[in-house]
Amino acid sequence: MKLRSTTAFAAARVLAVAATCLSVTTMSAAAENVLRWAAQGDALTMDPMSASEAPTIAASRKIYDSLVYPDKDVKFVAGLATSWEPIGPTTWEFNLRQGVKFHDGSDFTAEDVKFSIERAKSETSDYQGYIESVTGVTIVDPMTVHIETSGPNPILPNQLATIFIMSKAWSEANDVTQPQDRSAGEETFAVRNAMGTGPYKLALREPGIRTVLEKNPDWWGAGEYPHELDRIEFTPISNPATRVAALLSGEIDFLLDPPTQDLARIENTPGLQVKQVAQVRTIFLGMNQGVDKLLTANVDENPFKDIRVRQAIYHAIDVNAIQRKVMRGFAIPAGVVTSPAVHGYSEELDERLAYDPEKARTLLAEAGYPDGFSIQLDCPNDRYINDEAICQAAVAMLAKVGIDVSLSAISKTLHFPKIHNRETDFYMLGWGVPTLDSHFAFSYLYKSADEGWNGTGWVDPEVDAMTDAIEVEIDLAKRDQMIADLWKNVDDNVNYVPIHHKVIVWAMSDKFDMPMSADNDPRFRYLTYR
Amino acid sequence: MFLKLINRLFQALMTMIFVGLVSFLLFNFVGDPISNMVGQETSVEDRDALREKLGLNDPFLAQFARFGSNAVSGNFGISYALQRPVSTLIAERMPATLELVATSAVVAIVLGVLLGVYTGINRHSWISKTIMPLSLIGVSLPTFVIGILLIYIFSVTLGWLPSFGRGEVTQIGGWSTNFLTIGGLKALILPSTTLALFQMALIMRLVRSEMLEVLRTDYIKFARARGLAPRVVHFGHALRNTLVPVITIIGLNIGSLIAFSIITETVFQWPGMGLLFIQSVTFGDIPVMAAYLVLIAAMFVFINVVVDILYLIADPRLRGRG
Repeated sequence: MKLRSTTAFAAARVLAVAATCLSVTTMSAAAENVLRWAAQGDALTMDPMSASEAPTIAASRKIYDSLVYPDKDVKFVAGLATSWEPIGPTTWEFNLRQGVKFHDGSDFTAEDVKFSIERAKSETSDYQGYIESVTGVTIVDPMTVHIETSGPNPILPNQLATIFIMSKAWSEANDVTQPQDRSAGEETFAVRNAMGTGPYKLALREPGIRTVLEKNPDWWGAGEYPHELDRIEFTPISNPATRVAALLSGEIDFLLDPPTQDLARIENTPGLQVKQVAQVRTIFLGMNQGVDKLLTANVDENPFKDIRVRQAIYHAIDVNAIQRKVMRGFAIPAGVVTSPAVHGYSEELDERLAYDPEKARTLLAEAGYPDGFSIQLDCPNDRYINDEAICQAAVAMLAKVGIDVSLSAISKTLHFPKIHNRETDFYMLGWGVPTLDSHFAFSYLYKSADEGWNGTGWVDPEVDAMTDAIEVEIDLAKRDQMIADLWKNVDDNVNYVPIHHKVIVWAMSDKFDMPMSADNDPRFRYLTYR
Repeated sequence: MFLKLINRLFQALMTMIFVGLVSFLLFNFVGDPISNMVGQETSVEDRDALREKLGLNDPFLAQFARFGSNAVSGNFGISYALQRPVSTLIAERMPATLELVATSAVVAIVLGVLLGVYTGINRHSWISKTIMPLSLIGVSLPTFVIGILLIYIFSVTLGWLPSFGRGEVTQIGGWSTNFLTIGGLKALILPSTTLALFQMALIMRLVRSEMLEVLRTDYIKFARARGLAPRVVHFGHALRNTLVPVITIIGLNIGSLIAFSIITETVFQWPGMGLLFIQSVTFGDIPVMAAYLVLIAAMFVFINVVVDILYLIADPRLRGRG
């Protein structure tokens, strides 16, 4: 009897201890806000100056801060700089935030700013394009820098929003004062490690498998933003069906890129929600107007040189049908090749020419092609949502007005070089504007160039001059007028046939709320639990 | 026999050189990796500089020679996408693939042979009559459909098993394993079943038909007539004589398990070499693709050589002819 009661007592004690352990673990789990999320692709590297690619920039923004921060509405607000102003035609002054510390506890100073901007301008950096005009950084005092530009640059603060500030001391200690050189045989320390001032610390990085971020409790923005998450676990999941399954089974809380065909299903699942917002990317068709004879057309002269042919194609494409049938409603028909969030966009500009196949046929006849002509349309098939399907729809619509289009849908790795090297007559392209300023669109899509993204081959010295003038005009009212005039000019000329603005759709648990951002970069600092 | 082995090894070497050449040729058509490596904003001059630096402008033979000599020393260069040495990437991903393939192979072979023998001997039992049509489904449904189906049933509907990833893994030196934790084992169930199903059905059907054939032969009848125990007749005499074609198929199919694992790994986001390969294809990451193809070819060749040796063990008649 004695023995038994001892055993019972021991068992009870074990149970009690186990219960305590159990309750401790449950408690710590409840106290921690963990977000598990997935998307198709992973960031390429943790080095914030090595790859200028959207998922990589988004990942860097979690760990690193920039001087200027694009907030949830993609408006530029104070980041590591608290204020900035031009103090001369080619000089900007930035006042830095006091008392900011890197994740290792060291102080953030003007030295780090100078170092990071110079690193972004180094030869192996992929971010040189953002700050091409910067010629030098001068440290005035530990909390003030002057940035010199080659000419007046009104949008320097916007451009600096993508230049992340690294710790100079850390970079020197780990031999990463230059971004990864891809022709070298070894990886640098910064590819899988990071040292920033941002809201989250990099806790674990397994490229292509898992990335874990932990809250930076000492972050300067803790009072300004909700900053409720303690831990963020990211897994790239390449198969769309698996991504959706992971969300439906509750293994992840947030899905960045749910497939359009599954949205209804996700929305009808209790505990999940679907949100959408217009993205800063517009899909359009480009026509090569620069050569005298096209590569794939069955006519001797280049029909695209005639504005009536370009207008005919515009009138022939029923974007509303594409929006409804191909995109299942998740797109906004566009009348201009830049997006609503971009400075210089206006609704008036975004008016489309009407869908009118009859008029298209008339215009073609007037231009001397009563029976149409045949041509090849080049499309990517792995870049934009439903890219190939959009092109197939366009082919069918153009056939109705007599233009016989053969479709060549290929991988983006083959498609983009075709545009670059002027090996396509008629092509699809989608364009985003990271600086959110029209100048970016003008300089890449309209300014004449022998190579590069403007595959229209169209040359107009006036457009080139205007584009250059907009870049350096610092009288903002005058600059806005110039942008508006230039848009009117190029839009009337129908160099491109706009299709639609992309829409970003996110699917997530309804336990929390997170505002959507037009650049498809989830702003976790705004996330709040209900 | 020794000569035969030398001959086989020489053939293997030629195969490898040929595979290296073909895979390298393919890469001329994969597209321009530069457009993926840099952003839309990178200038044409910078693109050209990078292309020059990576040696993409060199003549084909020069590129192939460089590739070949580096490959022999295990150096496949640095991944364009992930900016890390390809050999490290593959070494990191290899345990995941090998564990998945090994588990599937064991499941497929053990169950396949056992069920094959059973259905061969008991042709008319109701179990055989249930298994046979099911095996037809196994050989005819594509892997990704089976995978999605299993995810739908066991992850989404029942919520028993994870739908993606390796779950918990334990690091032992440079090898990460699924076998030591409950979480890791649970994560292994769906992908390995998916991968094994086709092979299992195939092996089972093959063993069964071979068994039926052998059971009709005179020496089996004679063995029965001698009054040997059925177990000895079935496994000692009948099964052993079915083994030559079965070994061939199993050998080749372990190779195709590795190849099929690309699909399974993509469906289950299993972080193995196949997934790495798919990711590098979408990126145009030539160094990774080249290394993967060469590695897989080497595995196939190795398995074939092993199979040839196994023939000699299984079938004494072949030993004399070498």
